Amino acid sequence: MSVDLEHYLIVGAILFSIGLYLTVAKRNFVGVLMGIEMMFNAVNLTFIAFSRFAESDQPLAGHVFVVFVITVAAAEAATALALAVMVYRTRDTVNVDEIDLLKW
Amino acid sequence: MDDAGTIIAFYVLAGMTIGSALGVVVVRNLIHAVIALIGTFAGLAGLFVTLSADFIAITQILIYIGAISILFLFAIVLTPQSGRNNQETFLRFPALALSGLVLAVLVYVAVDTKWNVTEQDGFAETAGTIGELLLDKYVLPFEIASVLLLVAVLGSIVLVRPEPAEED
Repeated sequence: MSVDLEHYLIVGAILFSIGLYLTVAKRNFVGVLMGIEMMFNAVNLTFIAFSRFAESDQPLAGHVFVVFVITVAAAEAATALALAVMVYRTRDTVNVDEIDLLKW
Repeated sequence: MDDAGTIIAFYVLAGMTIGSALGVVVVRNLIHAVIALIGTFAGLAGLFVTLSADFIAITQILIYIGAISILFLFAIVLTPQSGRNNQETFLRFPALALSGLVLAVLVYVAVDTKWNVTEQDGFAETAGTIGELLLDKYVLPFEIASVLLLVAVLGSIVLVRPEPAEED
C-alpha cells in the first residue's frame, strides 16, 4: 500500500467537482466565488502532483505554473469581490438570480 | 512514499480537505462557509507538504488563508442586506448531475491512464530553484503577472471608491 499519483488526482477531481457544483448552484455571488477558488485549488493540486510524480527534464516548471495560477486567482478574487460590493450598492442584493437587468 | 506516516498523513489531509469542501456546500451560513473554506485551504497546504512542495505550501497559507479568506469575509460583511444564507438556486439538480459527470470522467481518466511515473524521491528544497526559474526562463510571464496585479489593485480601488462629490 502506498500513496501514488492516482490518489492525488482523485482528490483533485473530487475538489474540482465540488467547486463546479458551488459555482453553478449557489445563490449568493460570494458562494459562487468560493467555488471558483476551490476549482483553482484543485488544479493547483493536480499540477503539483504531476510535478512530483511525472517523468520530466524540469519537474519544477509545474511549481512555477502554480505560482502564476495563484497570482491570477488573487487578482481575480480582488476584482470580483469589488464587483460584488459595487453591484450590492446599486441593487441591494448579490443573489445571482436577482441580478437580471439584461433579461428580456 | 511508502512509509506509514506519509500514508496516514495523506488520508487525514485528504479527508480534511474534502470534508471541509463538503462543509462549504452544506453549511447554511456564509460566514461558516468561509471558515470551512479555510479548512479546505489548510488541508491542501498539508497535501502540498506531502508532495515536497514546501514553497507552494507556504504560499498557499499566506495567500489563500491569509488574504483571500479575509477578502471573502470583507465581501460578506460589506453586503449585509442580501442575507447570510448560502442557499442553492433552481439549478441545484442540474449542477449536481454536471459535477457528478465531471467527477466520473476525471476519475476514470486518472485511474485508467498509464502514467509515466518517475522513481525518484521528492525534491529536497524547491524555493531556490523556483526563484531562479522565475527570474531566468519565466521572466516575461513574471513581469506580466506584476502588471496584472497592478491592474487588479487599481481596478478594485476604482470600482469600490464612492462617487466623488460634485465640485462647484
